[in-house]
Amino acid sequence: MDQSVYNRRKRTNRIGLTLSMLAMVIGMSVLLWILALLFYKGFSALSWSFFTASTPAPGSEGGGLANAMVGSFMMIACCTLVSTPIGVLAGIYLTEYGDDSVVASITRFVSDIMLSAPSIVIGLFVYAILVAQVKHFSGWAGMLALSLIAIPVVLRTTENILRLVPGSLREAAFALGAPRWKVALMVTLRAGRSGVITGVLLALARVSGETAPLLFTALNNQFFSTDMNKPLSNLPVVIFQFAMSPYENWINLAWGGALVITVVVLVINIITRVFFREKVSA
Amino acid sequence: MLNGKFIKALISGAALSLSLTAANAADITGAGATFPYPIFAKWAEEYKKATGIGLNYQSIGSSGGIRQIRAKTVTFGATDAPLSGADLEKDGMVQFPVVLGGVVPVINLEGFKPGELRVNGEVLAEMFMGTISNWNDAKFAALNPGKKLPNQAITVAHRADGSGTTFIFTDYLNEVSPAWAKSVGKGAAVKWPAASSVGGKGNEGVAANVTRVKGSVGYVEYAYAKRNKIPHMQLLNRDGKYVEPDDLTFAAAAAGADWKSVPGMGLSLVNLKGAQSWPITGASFALMYKTPDKVADSNEVLKFFDWAFKNGKKMAEELDYVALPDAVTKLISDTAWSQIKR
Amino acid sequence: MPDSGLQDARRLSIARNQRVQDFLFHKVTLLFALTVLFALAGILVSLVVSSWPTLQKFGLPFLWTVEWDIINQNFGAAIAIFGTLASASIALVIAVPLSFGVAVFLTETCPVWLRRPLGTAVELLAAVPSIIYGMFGLFIFAPLFAQYGQPALQSTLGQMPLIGPLFGGAMNGIGILAAGLVLSIMILPFIASVMRDVFDIVPPVLRESAYGIGCTTWEVVRNIVLPYTKTGVIGGIMLGLGRALGETMAVTFVIGNSQRIGSSLFSPGSSIASTLANEFGEADDIHLSTLFALGLVLFLITFVVLAFAKLLLLRMERGQGTRT
Repeated sequence: MDQSVYNRRKRTNRIGLTLSMLAMVIGMSVLLWILALLFYKGFSALSWSFFTASTPAPGSEGGGLANAMVGSFMMIACCTLVSTPIGVLAGIYLTEYGDDSVVASITRFVSDIMLSAPSIVIGLFVYAILVAQVKHFSGWAGMLALSLIAIPVVLRTTENILRLVPGSLREAAFALGAPRWKVALMVTLRAGRSGVITGVLLALARVSGETAPLLFTALNNQFFSTDMNKPLSNLPVVIFQFAMSPYENWINLAWGGALVITVVVLVINIITRVFFREKVSA
Repeated sequence: MLNGKFIKALISGAALSLSLTAANAADITGAGATFPYPIFAKWAEEYKKATGIGLNYQSIGSSGGIRQIRAKTVTFGATDAPLSGADLEKDGMVQFPVVLGGVVPVINLEGFKPGELRVNGEVLAEMFMGTISNWNDAKFAALNPGKKLPNQAITVAHRADGSGTTFIFTDYLNEVSPAWAKSVGKGAAVKWPAASSVGGKGNEGVAANVTRVKGSVGYVEYAYAKRNKIPHMQLLNRDGKYVEPDDLTFAAAAAGADWKSVPGMGLSLVNLKGAQSWPITGASFALMYKTPDKVADSNEVLKFFDWAFKNGKKMAEELDYVALPDAVTKLISDTAWSQIKR
Repeated sequence: MPDSGLQDARRLSIARNQRVQDFLFHKVTLLFALTVLFALAGILVSLVVSSWPTLQKFGLPFLWTVEWDIINQNFGAAIAIFGTLASASIALVIAVPLSFGVAVFLTETCPVWLRRPLGTAVELLAAVPSIIYGMFGLFIFAPLFAQYGQPALQSTLGQMPLIGPLFGGAMNGIGILAAGLVLSIMILPFIASVMRDVFDIVPPVLRESAYGIGCTTWEVVRNIVLPYTKTGVIGGIMLGLGRALGETMAVTFVIGNSQRIGSSLFSPGSSIASTLANEFGEADDIHLSTLFALGLVLFLITFVVLAFAKLLLLRMERGQGTRT
């Protein structure tokens, strides 16, 4: 073998692999740096009043993000209640009934696209069909926008999981004379239950961090309010407003809020990986 | 297990939200200009302590306020760019001023104290047009003899949203600079010609941008500059004197204002005569319907403003706004509020 | 089967009930599955309806008109489209090579015990909400970029003949380039984990055969893995592009929010999403329908990109014999 060719190949190999390791180091360190900064800046904002006081007026001291957290929690809880049945049942349809049908393939395709679609457009849509019609912003509109984002996530993960349930389980149930709906709900779904929960949790994590769809739907509320029928305070929009402002305590609160959201999202993701150990992509 | 508990927690969370939906005190809602937001927020805080009723004010810019009140999603809109009498008639609304304040040019330039540098209308307009693009420009240096100006590019900080503050500021530039009037004009949102410029949302956004970007020049309502300790510049007024912004110079500008002269009280207070007058003074206006859909809410808003006019003067002064004199509030109550159905 | 004691009529009625229940179940699940399709159709329809006045007034030239005059109600989508495309392209140019490097590292050179934790770390980072990147961009990245990054770029690349002017202008840390850089950090973990998944699909026998004839690791990657996963890699890149195009928060914080197409990458600009975020609250009449028109344009662009990406990934999966 020609020694120079061999050396060249070896060198190319070394350069290539070193570059890839460098990419890893650069990429990871920047991302970890961001997280570290977030924890550092956000942590200093956390305090008892952070969790109990409402958003302060511009220029006032102190204050907290209690109303934003409550508002976000309410919208996300309602959103999960709405999107879980819809997403799960739709996933069941795709697995049990829809193997070769055109409707099923198109639904899968569209659902995957909606997964990555710009969330601000979803906010526009909900504004046009709900907010503009009833002429006021509301927590319900915000919840609707979030549900439209969550449903494709739940749908996809449910379908992926239910596919993995062995056909023999279904066939055994059919052999006992169970109707199709009982097989779907009480056998297949129960068998894939942990994966479905994973999907719901991942959808929850996804919508926790969404800001754009809430901008034109739930808007924001300065005071503590639990009225879903009116503009509702929520963490992401408050963070957006506070971060772009010049007030020291607002910016501080924004970091704290960002930390809270990130911790919630990361914890949910870690929980799904540790407890449910299913390979799901969302 | 985890399954059941989780679902139960979700359901109880959602049920809680549903049950709490109906149980809230009546809060009054308003939306609009960021110009008066600091004083509105202060008044609202005290009003809530006094009466238990809160004001939910969305500070989204004057154009946003006009849109929201037209869409009837709020009970009153606030704008610094007043509507014309014809528009008010068409919409069936009344307009009245609620507070006065001043727009100040603010800068981010190392080594200079607030109010140390001076500028006049033409030079300011040229900075915002981009024809003066560096801080050591000869024209600017001529106004500030003896000051060591750095070689630093000027970045213009302006509003990215529709703003009454922009309206007041460009109204002023229009008056003092023929070049500006010809190429840009005045409005709540204009085409900012400078090549190096950044847009911010609300007075807060501009204030934030000026604080962050070195070498920037922007315009904000004075409360924002004072509260965030952003250095401002002295401005040459119509009488040829350099003045500092504060409630005295704002009041001096508004002293001779004839509120009856314009239908809808939409008076412009820029570049008025007076040795002590601040050239970029403006008023914030409230918009309400003559025959509101929800009369009770409308009455609550009127009560709030009445309270603010009577008890809010000191608070306004502390934030360097100018509260309306009693003669003007009486005029408002007689001519504007009388048109609103109670 | 032993006689259970049930009458035939009873059995028949149970069977009939089950038929009805199954029928209902089928229809209900079908309905829910169709919600996604309804949503998509609804979005398209509502966007078109809401933007109709603008489309009627300006017609097709709306797409390439460089104009944003709110006072005179004269609008063009070119500024926003340019900002969106420019920031997304910059993001891709930087993120794709880096993601590729990360994916190669994770699949080839990483010690096996480290693969799972590091891979999980990448996936977790892909889940971080975008507003975090926006805040990072505004508070940390922009000042550093203005102080060190931009002067460095201006004194090196800014001095070159053709591309020099691209790096001129005031250095304030925000603008198209800054937005592109922040976006690239955001989509990096996402593209990396998709690429990693796609690289993992390569059958071990192919790799082993290559090693067997004496290929170096790099040659295996370049000549075996990449060609095999080509469609998947492109699909992953386009997914990242779709995300970058539609991103609101990470961009609005640092793009400068200026309605202009600057001559330099340091200039501020606007993307479609940032224009919507900034101006939606107050828009009226033609301005409002113009914003909806921008939303429609964005939706169509991302739809096309994502559909294309999805088709490529489907073809990749089909080649595996995976059920699609």
